[in-house]
Amino acid sequence: MDLFSSTTEAVNIAFFVTLGIAVGMLVLITVLMVVFVIKYHRKRHPKASQVKGHTLLEIVWTVVPTLLALGMFYLGWVGYKFMRAVPEGAIEVSATGRMWSWEFEYENGKRSPELYVPVDRPVKVNLKSADVLHSFYVPAYRVKQDVVPGLDTYVWFHPVDTGLYDIFCAEYCGQRHSYMMSKVVVIPAAEFQDWVEQDVESVPVVSDEATSDQEQVERLRRAGERLSKIKGCNACHSTDGSELVGPTYKGLFGRAGVVITDGEKRQIVVDEEYLRKSILEPSADIVEGYGPVMPSQQGITEEEVNAIVEYLKTL
Amino acid sequence: MANHAIVGAGAYVDFYKAKRYPGVLSWILSTDHKRIGILYLASMLSFFLVGMSIGFLMRLELIAPGKQLVDPQTYNAFFTLHGVIMIFLFIVPGLSASFGNFFLPIHIGAPDVAFPRLNLLSWWLFIAGGTLAVLSMFTGSGPPDTGWTFYAPYSIRTGTNVILAAFAAFVLGFSSILTGINFLTTVHRMRAPGMGWFRMPLFVWSLYATAWMQVLATPVIGINLLLIISERLFGIGVFDPAKGGDPILYQHLFWIYSHPAVYIMILPGMGAISEIMPVFSRRTIFGYKFIAYSSITIAALGSLVWGHHMFTSGQSYVASTIFSLLTMLVAIPSAVKVFNWIATMYKGSIHIEAPLLFAMSFIFLFSVGGLTGMMIGTLSFDVHVHDTYFIVGHFHYTMFGGMGMAFFAALHYWFPKMFGRMYNKAVAKMAWLMIFVGFNTLYFPMFILGWLGMPRRYYDYLPQYQGGHVVSTIGSWILIAGILIMLSNLIRSLRTGEKADGNPWGGTTLEWTVPSPPPLENFEKIPHVDRDPYDFEGVSAR
Repeated sequence: MDLFSSTTEAVNIAFFVTLGIAVGMLVLITVLMVVFVIKYHRKRHPKASQVKGHTLLEIVWTVVPTLLALGMFYLGWVGYKFMRAVPEGAIEVSATGRMWSWEFEYENGKRSPELYVPVDRPVKVNLKSADVLHSFYVPAYRVKQDVVPGLDTYVWFHPVDTGLYDIFCAEYCGQRHSYMMSKVVVIPAAEFQDWVEQDVESVPVVSDEATSDQEQVERLRRAGERLSKIKGCNACHSTDGSELVGPTYKGLFGRAGVVITDGEKRQIVVDEEYLRKSILEPSADIVEGYGPVMPSQQGITEEEVNAIVEYLKTL
Repeated sequence: MANHAIVGAGAYVDFYKAKRYPGVLSWILSTDHKRIGILYLASMLSFFLVGMSIGFLMRLELIAPGKQLVDPQTYNAFFTLHGVIMIFLFIVPGLSASFGNFFLPIHIGAPDVAFPRLNLLSWWLFIAGGTLAVLSMFTGSGPPDTGWTFYAPYSIRTGTNVILAAFAAFVLGFSSILTGINFLTTVHRMRAPGMGWFRMPLFVWSLYATAWMQVLATPVIGINLLLIISERLFGIGVFDPAKGGDPILYQHLFWIYSHPAVYIMILPGMGAISEIMPVFSRRTIFGYKFIAYSSITIAALGSLVWGHHMFTSGQSYVASTIFSLLTMLVAIPSAVKVFNWIATMYKGSIHIEAPLLFAMSFIFLFSVGGLTGMMIGTLSFDVHVHDTYFIVGHFHYTMFGGMGMAFFAALHYWFPKMFGRMYNKAVAKMAWLMIFVGFNTLYFPMFILGWLGMPRRYYDYLPQYQGGHVVSTIGSWILIAGILIMLSNLIRSLRTGEKADGNPWGGTTLEWTVPSPPPLENFEKIPHVDRDPYDFEGVSAR
């Protein structure tokens, strides 16, 4: 049954019909109550009649609301079926929710912190959690699905217009839950094709001979900056010196500080080796005053670590 | 109810003067159901004021995007504590533990509940649980920040004081179970001669249905909370997917209790409304049996709809469909009650007093809550508004607009009976108006915010949502001012109010046949009941 052309429409129809029923019932209840209070106020109606009940009325106001309620159920069910059935030809994107950012990965391995999609084609987003419960929510498309560790879930929608649409995390996930946002970026199909083929490698490979050392470093730095967004580092580490969940990246390289290693305090100076270890084994050295909350970055490549370290040096 | 003249008026000792112990001990060691009811009333209202203050701070923080007062971690603790305190320490004990304790035995013509000492233990457990909940704010590694739902696996991972807060809720659960057992036994075994099931006031019917849910559903949350504690202490892996556990299992166990709990909260409130509507309409209730049976139907169906909290959780498609269908059905008995209350006003002779105003605003606000409840029971619509401000608006309309207004209605209705004095009626009506206006200003914008996609439990938000938040925060000021005026009016009247006689409203149920405040053990002689509870024949208006 294809009653709806998109999830937005499926929900809007359910909203307006159920709202209409709700408003109608509320007006009925309120008007009756107010009319009775006025009409049967003791000044106008000093002697009450003892009406004990009316079986037919009881039947009517049981059956009519039941029918309305069943109608509401049916409408919601049809819409829900539509929302769960992914149309053929949908492009598939994997999304990972983690405290407190989203990462999207395309079929060719391209990764992005925003969800770029082509206009006018259904999109299926396969959802995974790296830690706790999250919920992938795009208000404009009226879709929401919890992201559950250990369970594969999905959501689909059909963007009909280009533009930017908010993505929220709708399931409480801790301190910076309200900052776990991203955007759906809907662009024309041709543009999308170009975009998805660019920067597929997280650290682009270039032929070495033509490039100077300086260019090499710059290439790594840029890759590192992109990676820190994709991997959600900035959800907890600011680059402008402000205090978030973790220490700021600003002036990090060469900073002296106290860390806690196996329960013992020790003095360190941030160098390449320390950065590398902190990315791969975040819980080994905890900076004093912070909690052991950073997830391990398993699966990160040597190249990617180099790029991030290079990027952090420049902040 | 053979004789509606006040029995023993004049020469009697009211229960305040009949002390077994001196001073405060006469309260905290008393097994008199009336004293225990007042203990509950005072302690619940104290917790309510704490919860209200936290709510006030939350609304203040949300008046604009970005940081206003506190940091995100503190805000997350605020909404957790606001929820835990309001739910477990105010609305779950609710009208049942306070007014139920005071009036259930009187309503059925009994001298006390079946197990008076167990009743006192319930209150002690309640205070112990409440103290632990408050302690969890100030001890350990920071107040809990999981939300009142304690969802796994976040509740297993967070470094905050979840164990103590969960243990507090566990202890409070026992208090609720014991009250349930006590009330069930009392209703079955202690009814006065002639007090058949269909002569019981509808408040008693609602308490009876509630008690069954308290006894049957509460153990599930107890087990669930113990499992969360065990997860944290021993890593047993029931809810942790890394160890083969299932976070969705947690949600099922949580809502198997916590949805019926919604009806534990609201049913006694509905019962109080069924008392108030006839008295101020001066006529018998419309459809007595339908209201009585609808309480039982709500209790039965309400136990089968928990999965509607989980339409987007990843639970199966089939489960969501079944839960949506059952959710629609549970709305019907509530609708039946609303229609019967309104029909009770038909051809009445209506006296507009504060209890009726609160009762009518209950009917209106609870209808908004119920009707939006049917909207979010509609599967496709719920997918959009689940975990948004629409839900926050909906449950405040049902819980606060429902149970809260019923509580205030009951407070104004039974105040003269409980304390023997009348409050200032004009001030009470003014406070009601402020509460009603403030309530709608505070909570109605939440429906719009939710429809526009504003997620709940957000410390910060995008600028497009600010308009609704500003209106809502202004509403909170009006509402709180109204509540403070209402409470100060009542508290002042405890000492200076005009003395109330035994039946200041012209009520027909048994509590109005004894003096105000009632004597110890309520009746000089156990009454023989030979009339229906809302028979106004020979009971004059006041």
